[in-house]
Amino acid sequence: MTAPLTAGSRSAAPGGHSATPGDPRGPRQATPGDPPGPRQPGAPRVLQALAAVRDPELDEPITSLGFVASCTLSADGEASIRLRLPTYFCAPNFAFLMVADAYDAVSALAGVRRTEVVLEDHFASAAINGGVAARAGFARSFDGEAVGELHQLRADFLRKAVMAGTDQVCRPLLAAGTEPPALRAMTLGDVPGSRALDRLRQRRAELGLPAGDDAPLLIDPATGAPVRDDAVPLHLRRARTTRISIEANSGICRGMLRHRYDTAGLGEEDQ
Amino acid sequence: MYEKDGEKYFVVDSHMHYWNAAPDNWVPGAEQYAKGWIECFHAYQGLGPPATHWTIEHFQKYSEDDLMKDVFEDGHVDVAVFQPTYLKEWYKEGFNTTERNAEMGKKHPGRFIYNTRWDPRDGDEGIEVLRRNVERYGSKGVKLYSAEWNSGSRGWKLTDPAAYRYLEVCQELGIKNIHVHKGPTIWPLDKDAFDVSDVDHAATDFQDLNFIVEHVGLPRIEDFCFMATQERNVYAGLAVVIGGLMHARPRFFAKVMGELLFWVGEDKMTFGSDYAIWEPKWQVEGFVDWEMPDVEEFSDYPRLNAAGKKKILGLNAAKLYDIDVPAEYQLGAGQGTPAAQDDAQLVAGA
Repeated sequence: MTAPLTAGSRSAAPGGHSATPGDPRGPRQATPGDPPGPRQPGAPRVLQALAAVRDPELDEPITSLGFVASCTLSADGEASIRLRLPTYFCAPNFAFLMVADAYDAVSALAGVRRTEVVLEDHFASAAINGGVAARAGFARSFDGEAVGELHQLRADFLRKAVMAGTDQVCRPLLAAGTEPPALRAMTLGDVPGSRALDRLRQRRAELGLPAGDDAPLLIDPATGAPVRDDAVPLHLRRARTTRISIEANSGICRGMLRHRYDTAGLGEEDQ
Repeated sequence: MYEKDGEKYFVVDSHMHYWNAAPDNWVPGAEQYAKGWIECFHAYQGLGPPATHWTIEHFQKYSEDDLMKDVFEDGHVDVAVFQPTYLKEWYKEGFNTTERNAEMGKKHPGRFIYNTRWDPRDGDEGIEVLRRNVERYGSKGVKLYSAEWNSGSRGWKLTDPAAYRYLEVCQELGIKNIHVHKGPTIWPLDKDAFDVSDVDHAATDFQDLNFIVEHVGLPRIEDFCFMATQERNVYAGLAVVIGGLMHARPRFFAKVMGELLFWVGEDKMTFGSDYAIWEPKWQVEGFVDWEMPDVEEFSDYPRLNAAGKKKILGLNAAKLYDIDVPAEYQLGAGQGTPAAQDDAQLVAGA
């Protein structure tokens, strides 16, 4: 028996689209005799695992973006996840990464025996879903259309995330009166703790860049080298532009998704 | 033309369409792509004010009368530039071809500029078609959609040798304006399809051509800005920036405008409604009313005054396309030169 967590009605969730794991908003159909979905052991765990999967371009969890249409975990350990994206033509390489990452995150859970991830309503659904299920990798899934895997692409976007994160961390410091040259002398350990700082450290660590307390705050995300004195203003400027670009895209994607589907995704959060 | 608070705006819609995406035009076997494409466009329309939303049926196929009313009668536009998008693998007669645009436009002399297009994968035959189109329609610009599918290929780059050959032919034929639109599927698929570095190379190698990057390189606004600031002949096409953000995400709209004003500058930004995705009326009126928010978060962005808005809404594109602008709509002394390239390289070392 399977108790699904399904997407909630948008109209039933005025004032926001937040649905926390295990507490989906909106009306749901329950068959008499079924245990209530939210308390079904397993599905909230699956959703929690999916919350660690990010859209590499937008650098946000697929859950908060509203990309998780449903997820279920049956009593005998079969996990089934349905994902959805803002458009039929979203870039297939990023779509593949999200489906593959979702597969890896869920199949690593204790007690999950089999995982199925289905991307719905996308021009490359068949290639992506089949490729991920067969663990074929990107190049084999898109035979003849790709020459390599997606590691480089992922790293390029992590570097953008590091730049955007640099703005998130530095902006409050600048607003509080720290001068740009002083930022150059600071280490990560000098910065007051915040979610933005944790996130920046995590992204840097993923790229193999220095992320400890003694690491400089301002580094070139391609090389890890500290930013030169005379390059600080331009570095900060680029960091800000990168952040705005990502956030503006995220805004457009959310708007498109909302037009496309009238139900909120599991864990979807308005921004 | 549009007048507000004593200021007169000459409006050039430098990016708009007359398409047929109704089921009668879908290629058998490719229906899902034809349907997916127009539904994607329709979702973009959802980012505009609710009162301007259309039904999907109307959106798939609108009439000539609809266009004339929405764009010129109600929309304040003086001259509109048709940007074709062929997509013949999905739409039998093409989505929005040069021929279809010209057929309609010839009934309304002086209103339209007919851009054409090319695809480097079409080889010698494509070059002949390009020559014919320039001869027949007087095209001074082309719209390039690099993610178009063509005989099993998922796209191309401006730096492909075959594309350089077409750019050389453009120069020879007197085409000045190259509108570049990036899409999600470029071979090889493992690379970032939205990367604009090929525009950078082509703009450096073809100094006599103007490269108008449509949708300001969305979703790679940052890469576009860092590139455009170094190239004197690269412009920012605002289609989607105004339509997709000004109503739906006004704070991000202000920030994106601030970034573009900083890196690219008001002389090199051109308005495009992207009709029929969005009607021009609310975009023109809203943009004239728009001001950079007067709060700390936006304090270090350049401001945009009426003269700057005149350039963006029409005078820059009028300059690129040699459109005569009546004296009363031109800038006064000391208000700058539309489409000026010498203000480029705003940010050294970017």
